[in-house]
Amino acid sequence: MSARLDRRSVLKGSLVLAFALAAPGVSGEAPRPKLPGDLARHPRLDAWLRIGADGKVTLMTGKVELGQGILTALGQLCADELDIELSRLTLLSGDTRHSPNEGTTAGSMSVSQGGSAVRQAAAEVRALLVGLASERLRVPARRLRVRDGTVSDPVSGGSVTYWSLVGGRTLNREATGTVTPKPASERRYVGRPVPRLDLPAKLTGEAIFVQDFRSDTLVHGRVVRAPSHGATLVEAGTSSVERMPGVLKVVRDGNFLGVIASKEWQAIKAAAALAGAVRWSEHATLPVEPHAWLLGAPSQDTVIQNTVRPAGPPPARTLEASYRRPYQMHGSIGPSCAVAEWDGDMLTVHTHSQSVFDTAEAIARMLGLPGEKVRGVHLHGAGCYGHNGADDAAADAALLARALPGRAVRVQWSRQDEHMCEPYGSAMVVKVRADVDEKGDVLDWNYELWSTPHGTRPGGNPGNLLAGRSLARPFPMPVPRNGGPPNYAADRNAIPLYAFPGQSVTTHLVTEMPLRVSSHRGLGAYANVFAIESFMDELAHAAKADPVGFRLRQLQDARAKAVIQRAAERFGWSKGRRSPNHGRGLGFARYKNLASYCAVCLEVFVEPDSHAIQVVRAVLAADAGEVVNPDGLTNQLEGGLVQSLSWSLKEAVRYDGQRILSRDWSTYPILTFSEVPPVEVVLLDRPGEPFLGAGEAAQGPTAAALANAVFEATGARVRDLPITPQRLAALRKG
Amino acid sequence: MPFTLTVNGESHALEVEEDTPLLYVLRDELRLNGARYGCGVGQCGACTVLCDGVPLRSCFVPAASLGGRALTTLEGLRAPDGALHPLQRAFLDEQAGQCAYCIPGMVMAAAALLREKPRPSEAEIRTALDANLCRCGSHNRIVRAIQRAAEELAR
Ligand code: FES
Ligand code: FES
Repeated sequence: MSARLDRRSVLKGSLVLAFALAAPGVSGEAPRPKLPGDLARHPRLDAWLRIGADGKVTLMTGKVELGQGILTALGQLCADELDIELSRLTLLSGDTRHSPNEGTTAGSMSVSQGGSAVRQAAAEVRALLVGLASERLRVPARRLRVRDGTVSDPVSGGSVTYWSLVGGRTLNREATGTVTPKPASERRYVGRPVPRLDLPAKLTGEAIFVQDFRSDTLVHGRVVRAPSHGATLVEAGTSSVERMPGVLKVVRDGNFLGVIASKEWQAIKAAAALAGAVRWSEHATLPVEPHAWLLGAPSQDTVIQNTVRPAGPPPARTLEASYRRPYQMHGSIGPSCAVAEWDGDMLTVHTHSQSVFDTAEAIARMLGLPGEKVRGVHLHGAGCYGHNGADDAAADAALLARALPGRAVRVQWSRQDEHMCEPYGSAMVVKVRADVDEKGDVLDWNYELWSTPHGTRPGGNPGNLLAGRSLARPFPMPVPRNGGPPNYAADRNAIPLYAFPGQSVTTHLVTEMPLRVSSHRGLGAYANVFAIESFMDELAHAAKADPVGFRLRQLQDARAKAVIQRAAERFGWSKGRRSPNHGRGLGFARYKNLASYCAVCLEVFVEPDSHAIQVVRAVLAADAGEVVNPDGLTNQLEGGLVQSLSWSLKEAVRYDGQRILSRDWSTYPILTFSEVPPVEVVLLDRPGEPFLGAGEAAQGPTAAALANAVFEATGARVRDLPITPQRLAALRKG
Repeated sequence: MPFTLTVNGESHALEVEEDTPLLYVLRDELRLNGARYGCGVGQCGACTVLCDGVPLRSCFVPAASLGGRALTTLEGLRAPDGALHPLQRAFLDEQAGQCAYCIPGMVMAAAALLREKPRPSEAEIRTALDANLCRCGSHNRIVRAIQRAAEELAR
């Protein structure tokens, strides 16, 4: 019972649907109820669903698969509401020609925005079709039953299929918002652990990733990247490279330098030869002490929360601390890749970008083409966890393809390119101060954070593409803006969920970016939750209170409390005696203060001589509202927890004043199998509640739980990420 | 210099530049997707194939040096009738993987492990896979899939 994923574009040639996607029209009718999620932007039902004359149903979505299982979840929602088998459904995703533009697939919003749209669109199409069937069969609609697209009347026995009613034709209707989706009890797919639709192909080696794209005209491109930020190309001796075997073209435009060859290995060797034959002028621009630099750099300062405590008792004491996070990588296992082909009129770019529409637009502007002359088509890539090199690789391929018409140019970044050039998660500093009462509970909370930006995605602007910035007539990089409420960016989760009577939160955004930065799973929430939840642990310790009870008594949100309690119970927080050198830690947050609730409990063992930290076990409890696919959700949450442990135990980008020194997995190590603890995930399902995004919910709580567990095991409080044996040793000796 | 390579039981006459790593021959000449590029320097395991049953990182070993060896890729694990290998089935049963970019390399490393040691302990599985990197955090599911396949193979 699995739907098909449309992989037409991996294979040569492409399917052109028999209808065009019209812009959402103005209906001029009475105002309709607010449509859910992305349906509000794309109310035409034909933008989402197509019933083929052959009985196939196609769901078009602007959301893309990143390994998070979104297509499976959308398929489940659609099949349930439409009353069809999942196997009847084909998903067509992230194609600028055919899909509704749903923006970027990011921020744990795909199910809440895209999923609620699909659910409503499918429910409306079903209602429409049942209405048509009722006319055709001359029986009242409410008497009709639908099974896998066949509408039948149990009384007369008459029946008619969706495809005989409308197969191959457009519906020409807009969603009304008046159809109510099914109650939970009537769903067959939603709420069940439906297996991922894309995994069989990935386990058998079918062509499904962009890396697997092949065509008869395929050639291989490589780009020679600047050795450091802001380096300029002073001399490029290209003639010897042009004579190398298989080389078709060397392309230079300002500081952009690339080569195209017939075979991949020829392209790799030619690029290496080119890199050896060019001279760059470099400057020392990187802040070796990033946190001191952040505190001193000019910043945009915004007070995002300011609640003055009503007059009351004076505080019994004041505590303060500061916390730091380094630059960290997305570190996709498959480096970025793209394939572009220019036919003299249209450019087609196959990409694993999270923002196919915006990136296609940025590429069009970079090449001076009208927007409709660049078609972006999403194909799967390795997990990205935010803005990695995907969009830049697409721009590289576009520039090379433009120089060699009629050939599909495949650009595969090297591991070193990805490590050095991907935009990192920003370094951050947090300073927090709390006035507490005599029980140790918080009266006034004062929180300040310093960070460079967390959002430099293309957004239609070629200045955000590495290639766009390196041309002879470069596109300037726009000054990024911070996110703002309700999602926030650097200050995501900076406002505490706790019911502190007095609260002041200030964001200091430094827009200068000596190291390239952008969206990294969870954005500022990772450092902010690490800081808030570490400090809560410090406050609990100062109050001689149990960290679980200390949190519960300062929370009012019942779902928040339930998640903490469930995690603590499952973990056995209050049970058993602690063994020496073992420690427990808790971390909690509601992601963005509006998405999933997540609490993490960890147990660590710290080896007393080496200070080596071993995470012994982990329990995570989450409330993601209504759950579409419990297995997919569990997989995401556990993966997020493991990834956050990797960041928090091991990861920091190494660099000197000039160059990035983390260039491979030995200079940027990540967590390995023997370091991954057993993880238990507990879901609090809330059928009937809105979907709450969960893909990034575990990042912050995990980091704090780790710091808190290490504190309980050793008595040493590490306030700098990552929490390494070296830092621990220094603190314990100090 | 033309040479012959035996992959998944079939022999192929090839003519590529002598130093071309096996990975590019598998992917670009033979159009096999199982072996994937991850690092090119033997650090991640995404490109793992079997060479006479032993795991080999195809990204930096020249293909021309492997004439006469029996090479197996992910595609070669399936039975002649197309049935999935117990490891492939177990990975699906456990839904082991998120993006799954690393998974073919994991499956191949596991196939080599189970050949050598049909009933490995959990710790032995983790050690055997320690140099195969996964960024999505699918590690525990991968371990469970390998345990499940080992049980099935032992039956
Ligand atoms: S690609 Fe061969 S080990 Fe990484
Ligand atoms: S599943 Fe994505 S890297 Fe392993």
